[in-house]
Amino acid sequence: MFRGSKLLSLIVVALAVSTSTLLFQTVSGNQIIAPSIMGFDALYVLLLTCAVYFLGGATFSVLPEMTVFAVTMAVMIVASLALFSTLLGAAQNDVMRLILTGVIFATLFRSITSFFQRIIDPNEYAVIAANSYARFNRIETDLLWIAMAVLVATVVVVWRMRHRLDVISLGYAQAVNLGEDPRRATFWILCLIAIFVSVSTALVGPVVFLGLIVVSVARLVTPTPHHSVLLISSALVGAITLVGGQLLMERVFALTTPLSVVIDFVGGCVFLIFLLKGIRR
Amino acid sequence: MIRVQNTSYAVSGTTILSDINLEITQGVVTALVGPNGAGKSTLLSLIARINKAQSGQITVDDLTIGDCDDRDLALRLSILTQDNTMGARLTVRDLVSFGRYPHHRGRATADDLATIETAIDRFDLTELADRYLDDLSGGQKQRAFIAMTFAQNTDYILLDEPLNNLDIAASRHLMPLLHDLCADQGKTIIVVLHDLNYAARYADQLVMMRDGQVVAQGTPKEVLTAQNVSDVFQTEADVRIIDGRPMVIV
Amino acid sequence: MNTSAQLIGLIGLCGLSIWSLFIGVIDMAPMDILRDREAFSLLAISRFPRTAAVLISGASLAIVGAIMQMMVRNRFVEPMTSGTGSGAALGILWVSIVLPAAPLLVKMMLASLTALICTIGFLAIVRRLPPSQPLYVPLVGIIYGGVIGAGVTYFAYQADLLQYLDIWTNGEFSGVLKGRYEIIWIAALTALLAYFAADQFAIVGLGRDRSVNLGLNYEQVMLLGLIAISVVTALIVTTPGMIPFVGLVVPNIVSRLFGDNLRQTLPTVALFGATLVLLSDITGRLVRFPFEVPVGTIMGIVGAFVFLWLLYGRRA
Repeated sequence: MFRGSKLLSLIVVALAVSTSTLLFQTVSGNQIIAPSIMGFDALYVLLLTCAVYFLGGATFSVLPEMTVFAVTMAVMIVASLALFSTLLGAAQNDVMRLILTGVIFATLFRSITSFFQRIIDPNEYAVIAANSYARFNRIETDLLWIAMAVLVATVVVVWRMRHRLDVISLGYAQAVNLGEDPRRATFWILCLIAIFVSVSTALVGPVVFLGLIVVSVARLVTPTPHHSVLLISSALVGAITLVGGQLLMERVFALTTPLSVVIDFVGGCVFLIFLLKGIRR
Repeated sequence: MIRVQNTSYAVSGTTILSDINLEITQGVVTALVGPNGAGKSTLLSLIARINKAQSGQITVDDLTIGDCDDRDLALRLSILTQDNTMGARLTVRDLVSFGRYPHHRGRATADDLATIETAIDRFDLTELADRYLDDLSGGQKQRAFIAMTFAQNTDYILLDEPLNNLDIAASRHLMPLLHDLCADQGKTIIVVLHDLNYAARYADQLVMMRDGQVVAQGTPKEVLTAQNVSDVFQTEADVRIIDGRPMVIV
Repeated sequence: MNTSAQLIGLIGLCGLSIWSLFIGVIDMAPMDILRDREAFSLLAISRFPRTAAVLISGASLAIVGAIMQMMVRNRFVEPMTSGTGSGAALGILWVSIVLPAAPLLVKMMLASLTALICTIGFLAIVRRLPPSQPLYVPLVGIIYGGVIGAGVTYFAYQADLLQYLDIWTNGEFSGVLKGRYEIIWIAALTALLAYFAADQFAIVGLGRDRSVNLGLNYEQVMLLGLIAISVVTALIVTTPGMIPFVGLVVPNIVSRLFGDNLRQTLPTVALFGATLVLLSDITGRLVRFPFEVPVGTIMGIVGAFVFLWLLYGRRA
């Protein structure tokens, strides 16, 4: 049972991370960006840390996990809308400023998190420490079923939006011309991204570059602008990367290194290569 | 009928358009002319609800811009903007196909596919159809965007400097085509043109703008007088009538 | 900056420094030093070294930040977030694995060397970026630093040295004691030497062609600057640990207020840097007394806000 739920969790995470990255790339009109680079994951961890700080570790740990998850997700949606909807609107023509702001947000969230962790009683610190690092070996399987239910519902919504997403990715003026409302779409897509990030971060913690690699590879494998194809291919690439990567880590490298470190290393390189390649074109 | 009433537009305090009142004649090609910064592109973007006017009212038939459903308008009116950069990596056929989106909302019918092929063919893009936009020249790209607008097949078509990047042959191909679309299918086309002689030769109606205001409206002969041209463009101009149409020599 | 304002700043910094000497778990009043031998030794062993290390770190980081911004010709870079800091951590980690018994000075030199190599790598990438897009540079720097950081974490896992990694990556002055921190005076010396070359760095900031036109040996000055940046960064990474944003924020503020004539502004840069880090350190010590919040964390928060302000407030 444990191995089965672990496998299932990896697939849930793969689906959440790849879909949220694809959505964010569509809504920002940029293919070298991902929610985790923009600090979404760090925001989730920060919210959890705040909860522990203000409620106290003792209160926090007796709360039902489900409630914590639901409330954090709701706050996450509100917070990411507040932070990123204005940012996306203002930075329509200045992608670099947008990404840089996101990267600084991520740093800020991480610093505030670590600040709270320091001023929290050292005994309560352990409660959050578990949430601050990506961990594929020790997954919170208690949340798995609810996470799966949320994920499936969200994926269905995204799938039904797939044609609209195609149009949104054409840019603001084209989308308006074709009868879509990009501002409203941005609003909903940000909500969906917040949900996906909550699901994956609750299960395994933040993984910065996974989404970027997965979606970039998916775009190479299936070079099409159509989300009906990209959604599926990126989900598949994501599942293969996570499950295969974890398999390699456990069987071949005998767990000497966490998978997330390898993913961050490879993903950072991929990001730099894409950036430099994009400039030359 | 496109009707613009008391419409003003400003960006951070700077007035771009002030109190525009305009009726666009049905079923003909109307050319918007005027110097840089006159507000021509802005006016088009307001009609196509890409930007929102701060005051006034714009109506397209029974639809009021800003109140009507975006999708209904997308079936009635299309716009070609000057910006033809594209974040997504698309082939020409992909791009043209998106012109049909307001009609089928994701599920293309055989009719849609036929319209797409006609548009591709009409703008000489058959050989380029499966090439990516990033690999095309400026003129080829521009043709692909025009074909997309064409595939959208709306009653009203707004074109912002469609001749950008086009060579003489492609320009000479496009302008009569616009005229025929109006004559044969009853479409109404507004086109921003920089070359006054193209406007004089191919447009039925001219709207001349300067500093965010309409200064003249009418047939090319009425609008393109030596007086008007030299006032609006602030440069000496000689206007002669050739084959019944004015010709501006600068 | 006129001399009187500079003097006031200096007096303020002295006041802060004296205050800093008397903050700590063991309660100590200024008068105790004269009466109590134990208080005096506490001052000499822990309090004074700590305050000195804070001042040196802040001043020298701000100075190398200003020099790096001149060399890269970009306002948004600094050593700690652009790969130099991670490079130094990589070096010190590598020495700790391969030559655990090497003297501190040798370890330092090797850490400086890897920091230098990583910074040269960063410059090589930056050269390929379009000058019209200045925001590419910090972005590439942060990601580049992250990639090296992931490599460092990988090796730390392999060698089971993760707890050390935490010391190097999060700046904290609580471990500074007499006999364990003196090496950081080299950073002060390096920064001072860099000050004597201030004019040359200012010219380098005008670009390669103009530097050559003015008869400057461009490559040589660049190399000199790189060495200064790497040495200071390596020393700070190994003594208190990484302190982000100081090298970014301080030169930007000083440049806005007083321009970019480095010969005139570098003392101010040093003063601001020392004050900022000292204030952060004092805040970190007081906010949850007797526990400490690392200065790196405080700077992460303060610096991120100032960076956002620089990014968006500039146009106004």
